[in-house]
Amino acid sequence: MNYKMIIYIMGQILRIVGICMLLPILVGAFYGEHHVIETFGIPASITLLTSFIITIKKPKNTAVFSMEGFISVSASWIAMSAIGALPFVISGEIPNYIDALFETVSGFTTTGSTILSDVEKMSRSVMFWRAFTHWLGGMGVLMFVLAVMSSNDVRTMHMMRAECPGPNVGRLVSKSSFSARILYGIYIVMTVAEIIVLMIFDMPLYDAVIHSFSSAGTGGFSMWNDSIGHYNNIFIEMTISIFVILFGINFNLYYYLIIKKFSLVFKNEELRTYLGIIASATIIIALSVMKQYSSAAESFRNSFFMVASTITSTGFAITDTGEWSVFAQTLLLLLMFIGSCAGSTGGGMKVARILIIIKTGIRELKYIVSPRAVATVKLDGKPVEKDIVRGASNYFILFMIIFSVSVLLISHDNFSIEENISAVTTCMNNIGYGVGRFSPSGNLGGLDSFSKIILCFDMLIGRLEIYPLIMLFASRKN
Amino acid sequence: MEIIIVGGGKVGSALAEVLCHEHNVTVIDKNETRINSVINDYDVKGIIGNCLTTEALDDAGISKCNIFIAVTSSDEVNILSCLIAKKMKARHCIARVRNPEFEKQLVFMREELGISMMVNPDYNSANEIAKVLRYPEAINIDSFAKGRVDLAEIRITSGSILENIALTQLSRRLRLDVLICAVQRGNELIIPNGSFVLHAGDKIHMTASHSNMVKFFKSISAAYREKRVKSAVLIGGGRVGYHLAQQLKEMGIKVKIIEISEKRCFELSQRLNKVNIICGDGTNHDVIKEERVYDADAVVTLTGIDEENILMSLLAKNNGVEKVVTKVNRMNLMQLSETLSLDSVISPKSITVNQILQYVRAKQNSEGNNIITLYRLVNDRLEAIEFVVRERREYVGVPLKKLKIRKGILIASIVRGNELIIPKGDDCLMVNDSVVIVTTNSGFDDLKEIFD
Repeated sequence: MNYKMIIYIMGQILRIVGICMLLPILVGAFYGEHHVIETFGIPASITLLTSFIITIKKPKNTAVFSMEGFISVSASWIAMSAIGALPFVISGEIPNYIDALFETVSGFTTTGSTILSDVEKMSRSVMFWRAFTHWLGGMGVLMFVLAVMSSNDVRTMHMMRAECPGPNVGRLVSKSSFSARILYGIYIVMTVAEIIVLMIFDMPLYDAVIHSFSSAGTGGFSMWNDSIGHYNNIFIEMTISIFVILFGINFNLYYYLIIKKFSLVFKNEELRTYLGIIASATIIIALSVMKQYSSAAESFRNSFFMVASTITSTGFAITDTGEWSVFAQTLLLLLMFIGSCAGSTGGGMKVARILIIIKTGIRELKYIVSPRAVATVKLDGKPVEKDIVRGASNYFILFMIIFSVSVLLISHDNFSIEENISAVTTCMNNIGYGVGRFSPSGNLGGLDSFSKIILCFDMLIGRLEIYPLIMLFASRKN
Repeated sequence: MEIIIVGGGKVGSALAEVLCHEHNVTVIDKNETRINSVINDYDVKGIIGNCLTTEALDDAGISKCNIFIAVTSSDEVNILSCLIAKKMKARHCIARVRNPEFEKQLVFMREELGISMMVNPDYNSANEIAKVLRYPEAINIDSFAKGRVDLAEIRITSGSILENIALTQLSRRLRLDVLICAVQRGNELIIPNGSFVLHAGDKIHMTASHSNMVKFFKSISAAYREKRVKSAVLIGGGRVGYHLAQQLKEMGIKVKIIEISEKRCFELSQRLNKVNIICGDGTNHDVIKEERVYDADAVVTLTGIDEENILMSLLAKNNGVEKVVTKVNRMNLMQLSETLSLDSVISPKSITVNQILQYVRAKQNSEGNNIITLYRLVNDRLEAIEFVVRERREYVGVPLKKLKIRKGILIASIVRGNELIIPKGDDCLMVNDSVVIVTTNSGFDDLKEIFD
């Protein structure tokens, strides 16, 4: 284990976090909030100082193998969550540190679950930071480090793999740093586009920025207690739902669009399945909740927004799904597991993995029918590598094991079984709302500290896709 | 530059390792595990696929590719993929071709098929070994400025006339213009000044014009002229052995090849004249004794097994063979050569890599960079770089003694037109000079970086 290099990488990631903490100070200064100097100044200066000391000297041995890559990423995510929580505590807006930590982890992992019963009391700078954690966590902070650093470190694949969601991670172009720059470029352009479109539909600048950051990372923090429903504006709702669907698409596909390889985009099986699921789920839910709304159009409006918000793991709401039929609620819960496309900012198990798992299942059936059959799992017409097929199945199994253990661990709070299950589902898939008391109108504040820490880990496990976090605690005897 | 490497084996990945720092590299290989290990270890893009399909080449971005390098294990695949790449608008194509049968059509392939460079690792290794045998004291010789300047690595043996000489006296004593750029003593690497005294056991790196280098070797070996290599035994008669035997024969050295396969011996005897070919196991002690291998001036071990080559070389060295050359395929075994006191270890793979790198660097200069040639010596600790002074800068025309040159850098030679200058304090740089510097630091891209 190359601990020196792990710490060096952490230092670089923390520096980015420290610099990002300076942004809310500008926001606070703009809105005349005087507490920003100590609220963000103290944690930012501590972070910058620490990272400066750590990165003064580059270790001689720069070898980073998968172990080091995974550990440095997961340790950095924990460290930046711990630091990111400080402004909430210092400003006194979330006095309890565990609560603040939960809120920050929920932010960085783009979950969007909140423990606050009234978010509207929050000051503008802290609110900005809360939304900004979504934006940074969505594409990944290590990606940012890769994009801004022009170093010659060659073994960056292991780190990219640890942070990028999806079963198969590759470079877009031959240099990691260029790939990261392309991805962040697309990300920034799309975020700015959303801000502009929202402002066209009469949303104030500040609100537009907050909600664009939230939807870009497919997070779900809103500045209102009743989320997007607050505006009661169909154009804003449609803009946000279309943008979250776009942010839930594999970013590589946007690159293919830029380099004019259109066929790669239109023939992409994952994208088609993803859009297909959204369309069919919208129709089914709209039909099932039809009688609760005045018109069919109203029913489709609500259903489309909630399906988009759920499958992309955003977690915005315009209506209280707690009042929907059980069938509709269960379908939403299932959509949470499916999640968005690999290589997007969304969470969940990823459509690509689900496709691979279903296709593996079909292949197994073929073997039963004719034991001598030879069949390959294919995606986009190309055979899927053996390791990836195995990885997808293993991921599913591990996910389910961690899921069940987490449900068991938080059950001591004596909430109902479906509430607990929905809380873990929402956290592990980085969605943001569940059923019952955790439904969009409620929050996760009722849980005790132990459960909150468990859920924090679940969120990180969901965002970093299990392995990096397990590596951190796995034995390293050799 | 955009570079595509086909084949992710030893040579392919070694090329990727060096090239990925400065260029955008894409590696194509059929083998999934190889691609995975290449993209994990180096900052390159990997494509799994057949390099002969236009689909895979398209994915790799062949139309924007500046240099296409085919180093798969098959000659035919390399040539064919270069042809396809050329048709798909790749700028320069390099193919590794090993079969001696293709040797005579190199010109045809370059002129008619548009393959810019054919690398034959076996032929190049034979060349390298022949060079080492020509100057027995030399360990390695590289050339700069289109062959006008030689850079030689020499071990000072006890009894040599170089022993206990201070560098200031050197030129006077030999009446030759040579410059010692670096001295390796034990594990230390020193850029010496004039008062430095040479000891037996030192390895020196020196530059001189080609003709002076020949004279230099004549004068240092005059003391023990009988030690010039007159006979050599090659253990293993593979492709390297074939090329080497031909070259040594032309140099007037008596060659004996010991080869185990009867069929191969027969082939060799058909194709080679005036070379003794022995069919037998070159590692067998009886055969060695019978053929009086240890009486030869030089022994070259060229079997296909690295371990066998190393052990045979050690044995030959212990039995008093003056010059032993070892061929090693696995590049990481090269590190052992210091510990085992094997002085000449040749790796066909790293020779191939170096040759391709030189080509790539040459192409790079034509696109703006100032480096003409670059050699990495002593396990990459020492760099010898050739620059061209392209325009008038503040350092041009100033005597060298007035310029502040950074620590650990030495200006080893200046080539002006056809004239080679071993620089003294009063010499100065002129526009269009080609300058060779030797340095223990690395990463110089431009001549101005060497001045404070």
